[in-house]
Amino acid sequence: MGKYVVRRLLMMIPTFLGATLIIFYLSFALPGDPTAGRCGERPCPASYVEWFRSHYGLDKPFLVQYGIYMGRLLTGDLGTNYYGNTVIHELAIRYPTTLKLAVIAIVAEILIGIGAGILAGIRRGRFIDSLVTISTLVVIAIPVFVLGSLAQMVFGIKLKWFPVTAGDGTWGQLLLPGLVLGSLYVAYVARLTRTNLVENLRADYVRTAYAKGMQPARAIGLHALRNSLLPSITYIGASFGALLGGAIVTERIFNINGVGSLIYRSISQRDGTTLVGAVVVIVVIYMVMTLLVDLLYGLLDPRLRHE
Amino acid sequence: MSEIVTTTAAERPRSLGADAWDVMRRRPLFWVAAVLVVLFVAMAIAPELFTTKDPRSCDLAFSRQLPSAGAIFGYDFQGCDIFARTVYGARASILVGIFTALAAALLGGLLGTLAGYLGGAVDAVLSRIADIFFSIPLLLGAIVVGSVVPLSPNSPLWRCVIQIVLVLVLFGWPNTFRLMRGSVMQVKPNEYVQAARALGANPFRVTTSHIVPNALTPLIVVSTIDLGSYIATEATLSFLGVGLPGTIVSWGRDISAASGIGYIRNAPHMLLFPAAALCLTVLAFIILGEVVRDALDPKLR
Amino acid sequence: MLTRPRALAAAAVSALLLMSVASCGSGDNTTTPTNSAASTGNSVTSGGEITVRGCTPQNSLLPPNTSEVCGGNVLDASEAKLVHYTPDDAAPELDVAASIDTTDSVHWTVKLNDGYMFQDGTQVKAKNFVDAWNWGAACSSAQLNSYFFAPIAGFTDPSGDGCNTADTMSGLAVVDDLTFTITTTSPTSNLVVRLGYTAFAPQPDAFFADTSEGKANFAKLPIAAGPYQIVKNDDTQMVLQKFAGYSGKFPGSVDKVTFKIYNDTSAAYNDVVANNLDLTDVIPSDQLVGDAWKTDLVNSDGTNRWGTKDTGVIQVLTYSAVDAQLKNTSLRQAISLGWDRAQVTKAVFNNARTPATGWVSPVADGYKADQCTNCVFDAAKAKQLYDAAGGYKGTFLIWVNGDGGHDAWAQAVCNQLKNNLGMECAVQTTPDFKTLRNKITKRDADLTGMYRGGWQMDYPSIENFLAPIYATGASSNDGDYSNPAFDQLLVDAAAATTNDAANKLYQQAEALLDKDMPSMPLWYQQSQFGFSSKIKSVKMTPFSTFDFGSVVMN
Repeated sequence: MGKYVVRRLLMMIPTFLGATLIIFYLSFALPGDPTAGRCGERPCPASYVEWFRSHYGLDKPFLVQYGIYMGRLLTGDLGTNYYGNTVIHELAIRYPTTLKLAVIAIVAEILIGIGAGILAGIRRGRFIDSLVTISTLVVIAIPVFVLGSLAQMVFGIKLKWFPVTAGDGTWGQLLLPGLVLGSLYVAYVARLTRTNLVENLRADYVRTAYAKGMQPARAIGLHALRNSLLPSITYIGASFGALLGGAIVTERIFNINGVGSLIYRSISQRDGTTLVGAVVVIVVIYMVMTLLVDLLYGLLDPRLRHE
Repeated sequence: MSEIVTTTAAERPRSLGADAWDVMRRRPLFWVAAVLVVLFVAMAIAPELFTTKDPRSCDLAFSRQLPSAGAIFGYDFQGCDIFARTVYGARASILVGIFTALAAALLGGLLGTLAGYLGGAVDAVLSRIADIFFSIPLLLGAIVVGSVVPLSPNSPLWRCVIQIVLVLVLFGWPNTFRLMRGSVMQVKPNEYVQAARALGANPFRVTTSHIVPNALTPLIVVSTIDLGSYIATEATLSFLGVGLPGTIVSWGRDISAASGIGYIRNAPHMLLFPAAALCLTVLAFIILGEVVRDALDPKLR
Repeated sequence: MLTRPRALAAAAVSALLLMSVASCGSGDNTTTPTNSAASTGNSVTSGGEITVRGCTPQNSLLPPNTSEVCGGNVLDASEAKLVHYTPDDAAPELDVAASIDTTDSVHWTVKLNDGYMFQDGTQVKAKNFVDAWNWGAACSSAQLNSYFFAPIAGFTDPSGDGCNTADTMSGLAVVDDLTFTITTTSPTSNLVVRLGYTAFAPQPDAFFADTSEGKANFAKLPIAAGPYQIVKNDDTQMVLQKFAGYSGKFPGSVDKVTFKIYNDTSAAYNDVVANNLDLTDVIPSDQLVGDAWKTDLVNSDGTNRWGTKDTGVIQVLTYSAVDAQLKNTSLRQAISLGWDRAQVTKAVFNNARTPATGWVSPVADGYKADQCTNCVFDAAKAKQLYDAAGGYKGTFLIWVNGDGGHDAWAQAVCNQLKNNLGMECAVQTTPDFKTLRNKITKRDADLTGMYRGGWQMDYPSIENFLAPIYATGASSNDGDYSNPAFDQLLVDAAAATTNDAANKLYQQAEALLDKDMPSMPLWYQQSQFGFSSKIKSVKMTPFSTFDFGSVVMN
């Protein structure tokens, strides 16, 4: 187990290098000069553009820029963005907010998603099953920007149950956006859980348990559920990284000063330094989450052993 | 619909496909879904059968008019007939949905099976590559791809669809990959697989005839749901300004154009009809996927 | 009235501070009494704090380096200039300057009011202007507004970069602490109007003492001489505190103004509706439909909490410089004649834009109505011209950026051109403004048809709507328009001795645009704004900024 973890941690190094290279390349390949638009609706003077490009090293070839960036990164310096703030400072302000948002979404996935999935699975074909099916479908079929705007209008402005926007990033403010962000994944988890549960309830070992006279609740809990939850757990774990990067639309609608809006802004401002920094952190978080999920997998399914 | 059944069941003995058909046709839900899918696919193939109006002929004088006898779904912001746009919008949206779901299932499924079955170094490398693509924001990828191979209003439909599919698959495959990998890993230790291996079956055969069929269920379920969500994601790309060009009629574009709160309050029909079409399509595909799966899975019968 | 004592106390404290600083400075401390008198006597209303929608400034917060609204909105409240524009009609009136005199529109003498203070307690002197302008103009400073100083003698720019190659300009000279002279290279009749632009703000000694690159340290919390001082400036908000030592004629009313950064204007609007934000300067266009915003923004007692203001912004579509087919003038005229501006502004903006009748905003000094005869909808004439010109081959493209809500109107224009002229037309959206701007700057070969251009005036003069956009080789001449007769009229107008004579010549130049049609005017902007129940009234300026001196709290 310990050896396995160490090996996985070591494997993060090439992944990290690959990720930074790809993201760095993507941000390098973005069309549009970062100085365009910095001067309002008119083009910037040539002297300003020249100064800007040399100041931020944009006049150097791609690999040289990447080399300089990685060199700085090794000393823990994520660079300074076009607004004169260090990227570390920006990330330190924004990551806690987005992490809160993701935590709310994850909790919703676990409570609502798995809960609804189990209910629907146990009562297959009944009303509650249809209800879960229909509501998950509706959530999946409505694009997130429509869902977010509707939620903001209905629950924020009309009913006044939730704050309209979440500029301060408190838990109370983030509750509604978190649910919106997580809604798609909640629906997926519910469906995944239901499907697997239904399948496992009919598996031989559960039938055997029933035949042996085991209480239904115990049969479901002990055997069917444990096996049914494995794919759901993988999914929830994997969704964590996606939540961080996928918060772009939600954060824009609710004016949340998190990583999503930072990424959106740095893409539209061609602020490569910030973009790479923000995404690299997502990659790291994602890799760690994946490792945790894989470890959990081993614990839940005795058939899988990490050597 | 027998086509779908036979292609999905191509790997199996003929009798199983026939059995499955028998099971399915007795379920009313199957017929509801099948009719809807046929309807929308027919719209995608031959929209002119459903309406005589041109979705691109618009008169601002009719802007935002409510449904009436002349235009049963009313007019949109530009004064275009919403019924015509909903009918014609099916093509691009359904193409994007089907091809993305198919390509992501194939790519993710294949690589996931490899990673799950072989394990070790292959698994490690593939998993880490998946991590990278999973964490790159879709928006970033869409802008870069869209600018490296720019779309213009003159680009033909297939060209635009391929591009959107490409972007969605590039950032969507890690999803199906992880799912397939997980379920292969779960199936692999089962007795029947061990038995087949012990009997000396070659790895390819073990994988194709024992592991994949038994590990495929979650992939099928998630892919049918994904199909719908990819259509919705295409709308989100339009919302963010990196979707299909305006010359192509699609539900996604129409939904995104009608989704401002001010529009929803004053002219909800502009959003309602394309959104309802999208919802129904998603619903139909998911139900179909579910029914086919139930019918194909010997364990469930 | 409740907060009056607090305001008094604040004034007293800062007066003390000023005295001590002044006494170790120049020794000229006759200013202190004037100062405290001004801050108590001039305040219209008292106290209160408000929050305002803000956006992320694109550049460091330095006057010569800010030319977009996100930074401009903040600097507008914090900087004092020689000239101030009235919030109602943008007419220039003297602010820091006591007088600006000339007899020939070339030699100017500027006398400053005595007693103006920077927010660090130092006095505003002639050298603060001269040194600031020299720094802002110099190429070594790489300031993007450097070309604003181009009319001043000694501004040499052989490479055409829009900045001065030397460190100083010979046309500026300090006479004494409160007097300096400006010499322009050629007659510049509207110089006084220009001097109210942010780039011409003075800088305190602390600015010149800052040795960080690009004055980055100073720019974090810039010290200026205006009614508000920037006391906090970070990624999510910018806080402005009323400057107690302000001695000018245009003091602020509320004590504290916080610009909260919003990435999306809809979010800001929703916050104002819910009374979580006090002021927004943008109403999302979908809320204009059916006047939804006017029903949202009503107090419980039935009074409105919204307003509108005609602002100095014009939207145009520029005929592409790289499209050979569009060299045909009658084709350009046909396209401009072939759609109904009134119908589009009504359907898309619910009349919140005014159909353009020329290339100059009505807000500007020198505006003349109905200059664009090709802007009057005439389908028959358009079709006739279009057919005579042989039509447009291929698909005619209208380029807009996808992140600015331009899709709807562009599509509407396209549909009308399709219906009225029978031409193939499509809207080409770029993902964002930078992509479009980049293509335009490069004159990208695939950029056929027309592209969007918006112009927000720097100062309210007809000249500002013509020279920077349509003069040969001008910085924002996106359509590569060049007409020697037009250029000559601009030179003649600048040399005119009276403002009226100058404006007449500028109007003649504008009439030439109607013949050549380098661009197609769309509409003049009307800005809509909303405020919370906390505020009773507020004024918006023709520059789309808020006048914080006019805020009246409930």
